[in-house]
Amino acid sequence: MDAIKDLINYLSYPKWSFTLSLVVFFVLLWSKRLWTRSGGLIMFVVSVLAFCLSLLDPNFRSVVAKPDNVPIVMMVFLVGYFLWLALYKAHRNDELIERGEPTFEKSEVEDKIFTWPDLVFIEFICMILLMIGLVIWSIVLQAPLEEPANPSVAPNPSKAPWYFLGLQEMLVYFDPWMAGVVLPGLIIVGLMAIPYIDTNPKGNGYYTFKERKTEISLFLFGFLVLWCQMIVIGTFLRGPNWNFFGPFEFWDTEKIEPLVNVDLSEIIWIKVLGVGLPSHWFFREIFGIVLLSLYLLVLPVVLSKTRGFKRYYGKMGPSRFYIGVSLFLVMMLLPIKMYFRWALNLKYFIHIQEFFFNV
Amino acid sequence: MGGPRVVRRGQLRPRERTPNIMLKKIQKSVTQSQVWKSIFRVGIPTDNRKRALAMLGNVVLHLHPIKVKKSGLRMSYTWCMGGTAFFLFLVETITGLLLMFYYRPTVEYAYFDMVDLREAAAFGIMRELHRWGAHLMVIAVWLHMFRVFMTGSYKPPREFNWNVGVVLLVLTLLLSFTGYLLPWDQLAIWAITVGSNMARATPFVGTEGPGSALLQLGGTKLIHVGSDARFALIAGRTIGGGTLIRFYVLHCVGIPFVAAFLIAVHFWRVRKDGGISGPV
Repeated sequence: MDAIKDLINYLSYPKWSFTLSLVVFFVLLWSKRLWTRSGGLIMFVVSVLAFCLSLLDPNFRSVVAKPDNVPIVMMVFLVGYFLWLALYKAHRNDELIERGEPTFEKSEVEDKIFTWPDLVFIEFICMILLMIGLVIWSIVLQAPLEEPANPSVAPNPSKAPWYFLGLQEMLVYFDPWMAGVVLPGLIIVGLMAIPYIDTNPKGNGYYTFKERKTEISLFLFGFLVLWCQMIVIGTFLRGPNWNFFGPFEFWDTEKIEPLVNVDLSEIIWIKVLGVGLPSHWFFREIFGIVLLSLYLLVLPVVLSKTRGFKRYYGKMGPSRFYIGVSLFLVMMLLPIKMYFRWALNLKYFIHIQEFFFNV
Repeated sequence: MGGPRVVRRGQLRPRERTPNIMLKKIQKSVTQSQVWKSIFRVGIPTDNRKRALAMLGNVVLHLHPIKVKKSGLRMSYTWCMGGTAFFLFLVETITGLLLMFYYRPTVEYAYFDMVDLREAAAFGIMRELHRWGAHLMVIAVWLHMFRVFMTGSYKPPREFNWNVGVVLLVLTLLLSFTGYLLPWDQLAIWAITVGSNMARATPFVGTEGPGSALLQLGGTKLIHVGSDARFALIAGRTIGGGTLIRFYVLHCVGIPFVAAFLIAVHFWRVRKDGGISGPV
């Protein structure tokens, strides 16, 4: 048992668990078997069993059972269930489309039903059930109240509210101006841009996967792998000093993780060229600046001419294509930076402390 | 054959039906009284005309159309998440209002009012309802967005309403964030400290943000600890009484007001853009 726990602890370290989740994400997305009733049932039973077994472990229990963490456990299961539901309906519709039959929604859309009593009663019953659930939850679980505020004693770890823990987790890889301001801002801008970038007229008002593979994969990658997974890591797996702890690991305040991160400029000027850092910031950071400009400015243009992306360029037109690709590339900066960190201990691509401009 | 009627096993005897008849009588006398009729014009709808009138004559129900698509009625299609988010908004408004009777947003009282709420107030689960409801509302709004994406419901003609929804999502998070400070315990101030420290790094308008050093007049820095974005957010150099009152006003008045307005816009546009989405 301990060996299994140690293995899980080891595998849950971000570099392994993130890679694993990437693989699982794409396998899940492209497999059809799992998005059936039996597939869903198996996934549900396995995840509930795994969760209940894990609860036997005191370290796991102490983190999961914190009153404020209960909603996040709930969120994980709800997101899982609704992911299954959406893809189950999508694949069933895809089969209908393939056979040339109208989708499930299409066959019912002409059928108009009186709001009274059908919709009104559904809403009424939902409200009552929700209220009952909420009252029971409130009676069973008391809202947390810690010691009175004391500005001179910081708890370790100090965590933001749970829905921002994905952003706090990004602080491991980026400076606050990126993780706390620019990237969240771009998430909002990117979400708002979706309807204007996505020109695919299909899949409007019904579940389908086949007709919207790219859009759905990109959205789910952002929502599940980057947003939800980072929240789970930030909530359950980050302990004192924001050190990483496996799910069955004790939150040891003394745990020390060596910090030997180096900048790209140091890697190239000192390790590779062996000449030492130039004194002016522009020459010192020239490689990072060139690399990032290539990535953000040149790559979109190159992509617009490469084979796989050319047809999107043709369909979307230049402005939609460039905005969409830029937003995508900025999103991908996060996993790219993660892998550079894990492979090379990279701290910053560009490190201009003079202007607080660190990427 | 005309013989005496035999009451079979399991069949109700005539006398046993009387409570039912009594109920019917009471129901009739209530629903036909002048008071009842003055409130509910239509009564319980029995035909299609009355079903339509019931929706039109009621200020709450008239948010709905008279008829809805069968495909949009299915909970497996809508997940009921938009409605859940709105219902939780109402729960938060009502429980929040009740909490405001007890809570004073000052450094001296805030924490001890929380203790009193837990130990002395009647129906001592209002804070629990408010807090768990808030967490649930965040989740419901995310799942609503997830559903709207998966059904492609942001596509024309609903692009603008998706945008209103994104703003409402941000407002939900801000509502939750501003409320997080109010208990004034260790969890509260340190979570807000971590969160608001980000504002310090805002490009140009945060002291430690890139470009802030460029904003100076004759050698005097315009952006410093006492004038940057973080200062504006928390009303001081550190979290204190000023922050508490600022977050309290935003939480109880400012953001709910904007959110309520945008919810109205959101619902209005759902109707104007053709109701719950469905295949064209």
